[in-house]
Amino acid sequence: MTAISLRNVDISYGDTKIVHGATFDVAEGESFALVGESGSGKSTILKAIAGLAPEWTGDIDVLGQSRGHGVDYRFASRCQMVFQDPYGSLHPRKTVDSVLTEPLKIHGIGNRDTRVKDILNAVGLDQRFRFRFPHQLSGGQRQRVAIARALILEPRVMLLDEPTSALDVSVQAEILNLLKRLRAEQGLTYLMVTHNLPVVGFMCERMAIMNKGRIVEIAPSTALHDGSFGDPYSQSLYAASGGNPDLKEIV
Amino acid sequence: MTTRQWLLADSPSSKLQANLGRGYRMMHALLRNPLAVVGMVILLVLIFAAAFAPWIAPYSPIGQNLGERLLPPSFEHWMGTDELGRDIFSRVVYGARITLMIVALVAVISAPMGLLIGAIAGYFGGWTDRILMGVTDVFLSMPKLILALAFVAALGPGIENAIIAIAITAWPAYARIARAETMTFRNSEFISAMRLLGASHARIITGHVLPLCTSSMIVRVTLDMAGIILTAAGLGFLGLGAQPPLPEWGAMISRGRTFILDQWWVATMPGFAIILVSLGFCFLGDGLRDVLDPKQGGKS
Repeated sequence: MTAISLRNVDISYGDTKIVHGATFDVAEGESFALVGESGSGKSTILKAIAGLAPEWTGDIDVLGQSRGHGVDYRFASRCQMVFQDPYGSLHPRKTVDSVLTEPLKIHGIGNRDTRVKDILNAVGLDQRFRFRFPHQLSGGQRQRVAIARALILEPRVMLLDEPTSALDVSVQAEILNLLKRLRAEQGLTYLMVTHNLPVVGFMCERMAIMNKGRIVEIAPSTALHDGSFGDPYSQSLYAASGGNPDLKEIV
Repeated sequence: MTTRQWLLADSPSSKLQANLGRGYRMMHALLRNPLAVVGMVILLVLIFAAAFAPWIAPYSPIGQNLGERLLPPSFEHWMGTDELGRDIFSRVVYGARITLMIVALVAVISAPMGLLIGAIAGYFGGWTDRILMGVTDVFLSMPKLILALAFVAALGPGIENAIIAIAITAWPAYARIARAETMTFRNSEFISAMRLLGASHARIITGHVLPLCTSSMIVRVTLDMAGIILTAAGLGFLGLGAQPPLPEWGAMISRGRTFILDQWWVATMPGFAIILVSLGFCFLGDGLRDVLDPKQGGKS
């Protein structure tokens, strides 16, 4: 079954068309990456799926149901998003506890105390962080809170918008390992935006390479090892990111 | 564990403790600012005077004694007496009640109104913003005192109408601030995240937008208090605010104007009271700005 399916999706902001004819499928349980340079429209696709970029045409299906153009109350418990900047994605005046309790209140889910404790354990945050404000947390801890907030409604599809690019390298590895473990434990589907090819190799099975608002190629992540990209742009992107370090040594 | 340690705990164990700890840190920062402390002391004296006026004032504020007209300040009458032989000190003390009532009611009416209108306009943008800000601009383009005068003239003179008139003229400035503040974060990721979680617009505005606007609003309202007191005094001076024999400070100055050359104390004493209280609010507002809004205040 396909978790996410896009058919000929054009997305625009006002009069400017950002994405042209995006078409791809993500299977349930798969981890799929959108890669490309800045401004290629990767994040915009994520926003359109989430409902934050409402001006699009074409078909977007998530878990077999077609998406409307805005944010949707029922959609919230099936698909959630983790944002790029953990410094901007948490309300500065709310404790971790209220950030995590609010989604449960919105959806009228009970047993909140246990759920908050469980989700903190799941994302590897100690219980003593529960009543801290964001300014009392490090970047990595904030991103864990953001991941916990996205997971607390138990969605099956996660949209990840460069979840590690604002973090320190050592913390990046921690967050990537956490995301990988959560996916294995809960059988989540990931659609991940990144411009970091090693992250794709670590996290994803397939990727779509984007250039100037178009998907130029959909390739398996094994292509990152053997360099078997078909499109010239993909090859130049691959070369720019250093290619395969193993191959380079041989040459 | 002492209370202080409990308040400053690094890992609070309940929501209450986390919020109290934040409040304690702010209070602590406020108390380190000497001018803010002076402001707080002045306002505490004002509140104290208003609450215990019957015990503090040596005479009745409205009891006339024509045998003791226009006496200069002396040991019996600390601030002298006015043209009807009333003790000015007693009248100033009772006047604190009226001033405090005006200030409190104006703040309670106009600050939430401006906050809500501004937050709605800033959050939704587009036509909502244009209409709400158009109305705000109409109110903002008229001089405060003149607009208040027009309202009082329409509603009839009196202290309640003066309060309503001042409140109506005070909210547009707050709406502007709240709107500007809201626009800086309406597209931020924490708002987007709440929308994706299925939160309604009403929930986002009341639970996430307003709390971020309140601190700058508190600062602005405190700094505006001086202006509100002066407007109230101005209306009183023109005879459109509190009516005799209510001991309103502006009205007292107005009565003293007739004797200002020979009996200076009649107009001067309530004038001092107005200056002192306005100054107190300004000091406190400045201190609060440093504590609540570290972006603007010089953090020393």
